[in-house]
Amino acid sequence: MTTYVQTRPSREMRPFPVRAVAILLVLMAIGLVTAIVRYANGIGAISNLSDGRAWGLWISFDLYCGVALAAGGFTLAATVYIFRRKKYYPIVRGAILTAFLGYLMVIAALLVDLGQPWRIWHMIIYWNPHSPLFEVGWCVLLYTLVLALEFSPNVFERFNMQVPLRWIRAIQIPLVIAGIVLSTLHQSSLGSVLLMMPDKIHPLWFTPILPGLFFLSAIAVGPAMVIFESYLSSKAFGHRLDPEIPAGLGRALVWLLALYLLVKLADLLVAGEFGLIFSSALFSVLFLVEVLGGVVAPLILFALPAVRASERGLFWSAVLVVLGLILNRFNVSLLALEGRPGVSYFPHPLEFAISIAIVAAGVLAYVLATRYLPVLQHEAEQPA
Amino acid sequence: MAKAMLIDLTRCIGCRACQAACKQWNDLPAEQTRNNGSYENPPRRSAKTWTTVTFHEITQPPSEAGEEEGFAWVFAKRQCMHCEHPACASACIVGALHKTPDGPVLYDDKKCMGCRYCMIACPYGVPTFEWHKAVPYIRKCTMCADRIALGMEPACAKACPTDAIQFGEREALIVEGRKRIKASPAKYVDHIYGEKEAGGADMLYLSSVPFNELGFPELGEERLDRYAGLAMLAVPPAIVGVTALMAGTYWIIKRREQMMAQAAAEGPEAVESPEEEVA
Ligand code: SF4
Ligand code: SF4
Ligand code: SF4
Repeated sequence: MTTYVQTRPSREMRPFPVRAVAILLVLMAIGLVTAIVRYANGIGAISNLSDGRAWGLWISFDLYCGVALAAGGFTLAATVYIFRRKKYYPIVRGAILTAFLGYLMVIAALLVDLGQPWRIWHMIIYWNPHSPLFEVGWCVLLYTLVLALEFSPNVFERFNMQVPLRWIRAIQIPLVIAGIVLSTLHQSSLGSVLLMMPDKIHPLWFTPILPGLFFLSAIAVGPAMVIFESYLSSKAFGHRLDPEIPAGLGRALVWLLALYLLVKLADLLVAGEFGLIFSSALFSVLFLVEVLGGVVAPLILFALPAVRASERGLFWSAVLVVLGLILNRFNVSLLALEGRPGVSYFPHPLEFAISIAIVAAGVLAYVLATRYLPVLQHEAEQPA
Repeated sequence: MAKAMLIDLTRCIGCRACQAACKQWNDLPAEQTRNNGSYENPPRRSAKTWTTVTFHEITQPPSEAGEEEGFAWVFAKRQCMHCEHPACASACIVGALHKTPDGPVLYDDKKCMGCRYCMIACPYGVPTFEWHKAVPYIRKCTMCADRIALGMEPACAKACPTDAIQFGEREALIVEGRKRIKASPAKYVDHIYGEKEAGGADMLYLSSVPFNELGFPELGEERLDRYAGLAMLAVPPAIVGVTALMAGTYWIIKRREQMMAQAAAEGPEAVESPEEEVA
């Protein structure tokens, strides 16, 4: 059986990052004050949202990008526990932590964005199975629970609670499968939400297979996020990762990005809309930057052995994938989605303050969790 | 039978009595507006103004009868279209919007959580939101469902001095619209807007100029939730399919591992374990 080398320094050795945490707390405090103003005076008091642009930064960034960027959790869990590529075991816990925090961040953003967030539970009692958003809501709810359970061994191990630990391990595989099913639905359902507006989304992005494209791009960005964050956390916390792990993810990314690109372009060809890539003025620019910069370029880079042999090469190629995904989600849910006539929108500074505060809270939680819980340590447990 | 309204823009004189009557009946507060260089006021619908009359200056080409090129006002009274297959209702996460058998598409204050998907989904830009309230709701035209229930016509139809707004049964109003177009084909474009748009609506319009010049969206005849509906139908099979695929994959790979471990234990020559493979 494979053995895992303990390379991480013990937690007592690392000084507490006082300055970084102080900055994060300040950002969170700004967001909190903003949120209080919002609850007292309405969403209009802190945002540039209007009847003409009812969804803005929070939906495009916190929901659309947030969910996609959390895809590392289920792709890695599938790789390790279902496809049993055990060499990725050391990073699966980090990926699940990121996904868990990502979903908590999505919920936090919804609590600001929803007009009456105290009614968020209404979707449990009032059903509309025709609504893609109903599917999204249920997926957020259930997958967050699954992620909490998938993450829980970190807590149980830390406090040496053997009984719940045994229970969780007993249902580990069903749990992982439930997570994969829910993620498949959830990633694609965010695309289904946009299917309701066939006439309002620019044809370069609108397609009946949008849910499929959302799913494919999510499983491509999952490994890229894992490369991205394991590079950062190894730099920040000084633990070393077997270089074969990110290199292997890079190799997988070549295929995932190629598949996504192929389907995306084939769809435009079949729809007879290929020419739009060059004839849509500003939309052409957005599309080309998204596809060339966020898909084609990293695809070529990851295919080069020299890039895969370099930590930084892998990191920057992964950054391209992540940025490309973010641009894609902004394009399809905001920039290429028509607002009401005569309405323009740019997020209010306080909208940014909310999004930044939520990211800050996520980073802080990540720092604390990796510091006090055995997330990055690869202890006794092996994939069942 | 579904109630509907036939709004004949050639009869509208832009007096905005309908706008005022709507505010009065529904107890909607006044809005502070600014002069933005148009007679149109307020410039858009909002949670406080459910119907507005839009003002359009239309240039007319010289007519065959010898009239010179001219310019004309066309006014359009706009509000919720009360669609036959409302996108807002398909979209709503909690089913707070629904089409009633009488025609009106109504909103349930008690259910709404304020996600605003209905506002994004509506092709006519109708639902509006109370942006500056701590406890906000969606607001839009109700076709005066409360008046209809009492056997009265909607407030706007009642108020209109020129009978530009006619309230009645949908089928009958379509017949009436056709008759008017046939009687004066020079006066009308041959199109009852709302008859077929996005699967049809209960607000039917007649006009002397093409509707896109008045800011009406050009929609096909198919309902807007056609793609989203298909995607939702795919959910149950996707659950079953992905579960089976994952469970099957797990079982096969696990089994292969076990067999190899067994072979390694029995035979002297070691078999490579699968984790040496690379993704
Ligand atoms: S016009 Fe818009 S708000 Fe009115 S019923 Fe149709 S989709 Fe709903
Ligand atoms: S804002 Fe309210 S009515 Fe509109 S879709 Fe959301 S829950 Fe439904
Ligand atoms: S009341 Fe009648 S004439 Fe006056 S603006 Fe409304 S529709 Fe036009």
